[in-house]
Amino acid sequence: MVQNLANSKLKERREKILRRYPPKRDSLLYILHDLQDLNPQNYLTSEDVKAVSEYLGISVGEVESVISFYSMFSRKPRGRYVIRFCSSPTCHLLEGPRVLEELKKLLGIEVGQTTGDGLFTLEMTSCLGACGVAPAMMINDEIYGNLTPFKVKEIIESYRKKGK
Amino acid sequence: MRLYRSHVLVGMDTFTLLAGARKVKEHLIRQIEKRGLSDEIKVLETGSLGITNRGVVLLIYPEGCYYVNVKPEDVPEIVEEHLLKGRTVQRLLFKGELERKAVALPESPLDVRRQSRVVLQNCGVIDPENIDEYIGRGGYEALERALFQMKPQEVIEQVKRSGLVGRGGAGFPTGLKWEISAKVASEEKYIICNADEGEPGTFKDRVIMEGDPHRVIEGMLLAGYAVGANKGFIYIRGEYALSIQRMEKAIKQAYEYNLLGSNILETNFSFDLEMRKGAGAYVCGEETALIESLEGKRGEPRNKPPYPGTCGLWGKPTVVNNVETLANIPSIIVKGADWFRSLGTKETPGTKLYTILGHVVNQGVIEVETGITLRKIIFDYGGGMKNGREFKAALVGGAAGCFLGKDMLDVKMDYTTLKSYKAVLGSGAVLVMDTSTCIVDMLRCILDFFKRESCGKCVPCRMGTDRLYRLIVDISSGKGTKDHPKLMLELAQMMNKASFCPLGQSVLLPLSSAFKYFEDEVMEHILDKRCPAGVCKMGEK
Amino acid sequence: MKLEELRKIRERMGSELRLRGGKVRIRIVVGMGTSGIAAGAREVLRTFLEEIEKRKLNDVVVAQTGEKGFASKEPLVEIIEEDRSTVVYGNMTPEKARRVMVEHIVNGNVVGDYVVAIANPER
Repeated sequence: MVQNLANSKLKERREKILRRYPPKRDSLLYILHDLQDLNPQNYLTSEDVKAVSEYLGISVGEVESVISFYSMFSRKPRGRYVIRFCSSPTCHLLEGPRVLEELKKLLGIEVGQTTGDGLFTLEMTSCLGACGVAPAMMINDEIYGNLTPFKVKEIIESYRKKGK
Repeated sequence: MRLYRSHVLVGMDTFTLLAGARKVKEHLIRQIEKRGLSDEIKVLETGSLGITNRGVVLLIYPEGCYYVNVKPEDVPEIVEEHLLKGRTVQRLLFKGELERKAVALPESPLDVRRQSRVVLQNCGVIDPENIDEYIGRGGYEALERALFQMKPQEVIEQVKRSGLVGRGGAGFPTGLKWEISAKVASEEKYIICNADEGEPGTFKDRVIMEGDPHRVIEGMLLAGYAVGANKGFIYIRGEYALSIQRMEKAIKQAYEYNLLGSNILETNFSFDLEMRKGAGAYVCGEETALIESLEGKRGEPRNKPPYPGTCGLWGKPTVVNNVETLANIPSIIVKGADWFRSLGTKETPGTKLYTILGHVVNQGVIEVETGITLRKIIFDYGGGMKNGREFKAALVGGAAGCFLGKDMLDVKMDYTTLKSYKAVLGSGAVLVMDTSTCIVDMLRCILDFFKRESCGKCVPCRMGTDRLYRLIVDISSGKGTKDHPKLMLELAQMMNKASFCPLGQSVLLPLSSAFKYFEDEVMEHILDKRCPAGVCKMGEK
Repeated sequence: MKLEELRKIRERMGSELRLRGGKVRIRIVVGMGTSGIAAGAREVLRTFLEEIEKRKLNDVVVAQTGEKGFASKEPLVEIIEEDRSTVVYGNMTPEKARRVMVEHIVNGNVVGDYVVAIANPER
């Protein structure tokens, strides 16, 4: 019963997102972004894919192929906070790898994994364009720069508090 | 370089010299020496400090206090009170208004006026979320000029005459690009602003979009008017959350003022502008891949020709311009082509944005006239090398750029000059490395990037990038053989010829330049199994 | 919008930006580009707002701007006052912002330790 209610609510919200955009192919990326943001686990479900394919009149395979192409989309559940750690040459040069090691230790996971409590997923990204304050990382939409092992610890703790 | 606690500037012009500025300076130096402060405080001579008829003028940093009517007998008090005890000498303090702008810290790389800011003139000055502030600083004046005083062809002519070339990396003449699309007869044409700034080490376009979004919109409007397009898209990479937010807001404000939409400023010109956001794919910075992505598909590059100018978005004539390029247009229209040509070099007039990064004192973005040397970028604007270490190399143009060694420090960093050295300026990123850097380790980072970002459409790039990465890992872990460099170069050369788009083609640039300048270092990894900089962990993988 | 209206805004804003003869004595401008925010500009901005609120300073306003290009010195804060050179403070933190508030904004003394440039950019 509760499950059904949640499902219908989710469906309603999904419909609302779809209707925000004209049913044209070029709306696809926007719709996928919005649907993914709607999901607290930051990923696109099979129901999402199906709904999009019906709305835009393109095959499920087409939608899947687009999703798989872009690194910001995921078909697997992720943490509530997706950490994108910058691996650009600038961050690499300015102690990025050392901070990354600390971050992995803090979270107890490797790149590509999600923490047991479902709070964090750690990913690498090519360049965040925050090179002036390298090393940098992004947590959902927020960018953090001038990272040090100490600073990373503070940031993660603040998110842990927020996530509880 | 020595760091001083304070700087005392003595203004030297006709007035102050007559009032005895030299004498005051001598006294200052003597007093400072007497108190043993010579290592902490520096006395400098400078031109007029902008205060006239007030006798000898001093300016003390970091406080930025002006003292006027200073007599030699006042000097001991200034040294004692201000420089030693940190108390200002109220009776000599200047409190009026300056006749001209004050100077920034002596030799400060943070002085905006040492740059030639055209594109960045409003960045860090106005509130980017308030359209009125842009208008107040001359915004939308170019649009006004074009719509009411110029024919579309005249706008194109002016841009052509200015000699502006695309600032995205390829360096194609902008006016010519516009003319090609303008000449095609078509009901529908499009202007796309390429804001998919993904080149590692580059964030100049982000600074423009976040700091002065309306300049980009105005540039697109002018392009639309010139080419005869009524629709534009700005494609921003998904990671640029703030740029997306600021551009969205700016577009909304421009619509409210009817600077976008139908019958702009009550003329016959109409132009709609939409935002599109990417989703994390470096290859989408390539214009045809970007168009594919904009159409809602996988961002794989298209075959060229046909070029977007004649057959682009949905098969229609499409102008794709970089953010920095478009941000130049309003000034060219208002100030004219001759003014633009008076800046920078003859071949590539105007200014260029460079991002200075890595082992320098001041990281950031500067805008200077084209033709600046690498040495000036690093030592004048970047404030020199950090931690007093020595310069080793600079990676210019991002991951798809070139390593430049010491002997390239005095080469001009512009499109034409660098081309003659088989290097590229690309996006204008300058990543500076000191002697603690290992070139093999940097190559490993770069090749990892290419491997990850190869879109997989064509075989040479898909297979080649992966293969190259494995080979560099071999070298960096002490498993490389004498044949490795040769093999890697051959592979990169093949990719350069056979890859579908610039991504695979450009891997050769960082690779061949690194091997050229740092052959000994690479060979040391291979023959002696030793990393001279102590970065690579030999024997591990 | 008509052309005349556009020109009117330009005229009005031109004088407003110069901060002449208004009720505002000091403008605190915080650099809110990505580099600034990534280095902690949001917290600095918030601190200034709180301090102004606490002290009920009606003649001080806080504004935001984009990146100046000096990423290493972010968060950057500019203090613009009529008839005085503009002071740019760098590498700001909430603690430093509180000190600038007391010493500079309230008592009129530049905090030398945090100054990265003193200039009158273009306003």
